[in-house]
Amino acid sequence: MPKTNPGAPEAVDLTGLRGLLESRPPEARELLPLLRDIQTRYRHLPEEAVRGLSEYLGLPLARVYAVSRFYKSLSRVPKGERLVKVCLGTACHLRGAPALLEALEGKLGLALGETGKDGRFTLESVNCVGACALAPVVMLDDEVHGKLNDESLADLPL
Amino acid sequence: MRFEGPAAVAARREELARKDPDVRTLRVCGGPGCLASGSRELLAALKEAAVASGLDPAKRRISFTGCLGLCERGPLLELDPEGHFLRGVAPSDAAEVVGTALGEGKLVPRLSPNPESPEKESLEFYGPQKRLIMRRFGKIDPESFDDYLATGGYEALVISLFESGPAETLRRVAESGLRGRGGGGFPAGLKWKAMTGAKGTPRYVLANGDEGDPGAFMNRSLMEGDPLAVVEGLTIGAFALGAERGIIYVRNEYPLSVARLEKAIAGARARGLLGENILGTDFSFDLSVTEGGGAFVCGESTALMASIEGREGTPRVKYVRSTEAGLWDKPTVLQNVETWANVPLIAANGPEWFKGIGAKGNPGTKVFSLAGETRNTGLVELPLGTKVGVLVNVVGGGVRKGRRFKAIQSGGPSGGCLPESALELPLDFDHLTEAGAMMGSGGIIVMDDLSCPVDVARYFTGFLAEESCGKCVPCREALPVLREVLSDLTRGSGRKGDTDFLEKQAGLLKETALCGLGQSAANPVLSTIRHFREEYLEHESGYCRSGRCRGLYVPVIDPGACRACGSCQKVCPAGAVGGKKKEKRTVAAGKCVGCGACLKACAFFAIRAERKEHVG
Repeated sequence: MPKTNPGAPEAVDLTGLRGLLESRPPEARELLPLLRDIQTRYRHLPEEAVRGLSEYLGLPLARVYAVSRFYKSLSRVPKGERLVKVCLGTACHLRGAPALLEALEGKLGLALGETGKDGRFTLESVNCVGACALAPVVMLDDEVHGKLNDESLADLPL
Repeated sequence: MRFEGPAAVAARREELARKDPDVRTLRVCGGPGCLASGSRELLAALKEAAVASGLDPAKRRISFTGCLGLCERGPLLELDPEGHFLRGVAPSDAAEVVGTALGEGKLVPRLSPNPESPEKESLEFYGPQKRLIMRRFGKIDPESFDDYLATGGYEALVISLFESGPAETLRRVAESGLRGRGGGGFPAGLKWKAMTGAKGTPRYVLANGDEGDPGAFMNRSLMEGDPLAVVEGLTIGAFALGAERGIIYVRNEYPLSVARLEKAIAGARARGLLGENILGTDFSFDLSVTEGGGAFVCGESTALMASIEGREGTPRVKYVRSTEAGLWDKPTVLQNVETWANVPLIAANGPEWFKGIGAKGNPGTKVFSLAGETRNTGLVELPLGTKVGVLVNVVGGGVRKGRRFKAIQSGGPSGGCLPESALELPLDFDHLTEAGAMMGSGGIIVMDDLSCPVDVARYFTGFLAEESCGKCVPCREALPVLREVLSDLTRGSGRKGDTDFLEKQAGLLKETALCGLGQSAANPVLSTIRHFREEYLEHESGYCRSGRCRGLYVPVIDPGACRACGSCQKVCPAGAVGGKKKEKRTVAAGKCVGCGACLKACAFFAIRAERKEHVG
């Protein structure tokens, strides 16, 4: 079923949630690690999972919300199956990342931060992936593609 | 197999040294740059070729190794023990590299940048470098505990535990003059001494691997290239400081660093070098890794601790030092991973040795990531106090042909831009701060005449406005205002007086922000105004001499300098360059979209960015 975004909350299968939570001890310091685990599993933080986490750790829901809003890798809306991250680090900026971002926005039909209606891609930016010598670069999930120009951009597996 | 005492460690090290004298290893660079240029695929192709050629895998090894430095020419390889250095190696070269290099120990000349002297040290990029923190990069497989041990790993811990004792270990670090590698340059010894008087248990040692500066990848390279050096450094620190627990906080974007560190920790624990009764003594210490969530401000010490505690990572006012009440209000020493990696060197070799490297008041080396417009870019380690000019013109090989050096940007968003006169400046904590920049974590970006200081200030200010945690008013409110004014200037809607306004607001921010990151957030603006005020004033009246800010200039081709090569015409997306083959070219100002492609393309330096009003 194609995923929509942001749209109405959809049904997420949370059967594995209990086991996921119990993989770490119920201590406050596990809040961020568990939020990350949930994000990885469901590609976002489903409302029910956030409530379950608050109960499991015995922390006020407000605190769980606050922390989940603070960190950029956490998202309350589902992310695409693949993350396209444009590096906007200094070296990439100097070597044309802004133009590259524009080109990618056109190619994917997405503005920065958006997820496509078909749920395939999310377009994000990242501040330096440590491949400055190959600037400008784009990350497809964990893969880095460097020295991008109009031609090599067309070759990206998107 | 647990080491029960120092003798067992030494015996194992000897055993490793004795084993297989004719082992040869191909070390494939696994640094972030080379991974991005395909070194993982190269490694797979080499392994496949080795199987196909029937080489004995016990004697002819192939492994990843830490960053070899010259990222731009990757993927890179080093042949151990011959020391042959190969660059730009593709999977299609695998069979030849395996046969000639790995099999016979011979050079593949076409892949060597300097076949007459095939070690990498013969290249100007490596000449001035002193690789201490990076000494194992290229020599070990970062996932192999044995490789670490065989290259002197854990000698320092044994010396600390069985010869020095805690007091002497602390004295060595304090007297070495080691300063924090994360940016501030605070003396490590002062932190350590402050913790000795503090009360409360458990006590913590923390490592900051939350490398958030855009343009910086030295911490990542260290955690991925020699993770056990960080682990050993923390263990020695814990012993000297009486700490029971340690945590390494790693940036969200560095999954490989996390994996390597966790493997290193597990390896050390299995050998009794972490956990209860380390090496049979009554010293117990354990270590874990915490991953960040994607927030730049968590690199600030108090924000980092808040993040570990499971709260929002916002800083607090430091009227109580972390050494008294840090993580969970317990005594805590937090240092950058590179600072910790210096500790084993100092614990083993002593403070006098360490002070013999680098400059007065700034001992030791520093790892820099060199990026931007030099011919060579990559990861570099230099003795502190080395002249900026050596980094730019020798290691970096100068700016690209036909271009002129304009500035260096050092220290990322907390640092600043320094002009040509900075080439004479010694690279150390004090000189950079004095000049209005900062060491920061060691990112150095070289700018040429096509880079615009106003644009760079806008870039960093935009980054900081986005990353401001919002806790204190000056940082939260001033940065968006600065960003707006800078954006106006780079878009041609600047006003007279903008520069003075920026200077005043940034000055206020510097004086009043809560945390170190907020205070230094003014540096990009202040330093560029200080050194490039003229260019700011030009932007106020709608002119960018660098040809960087769109619409603020028109490219003009100097007929005397034009060689009629046509490369500007080829790259112009708007068809604004006129002229036939073998004719000198001209730009039709009306058609120009101001992308700057022609300025970059001209190898003869014949195109200038002119004021619009000056062009008819």
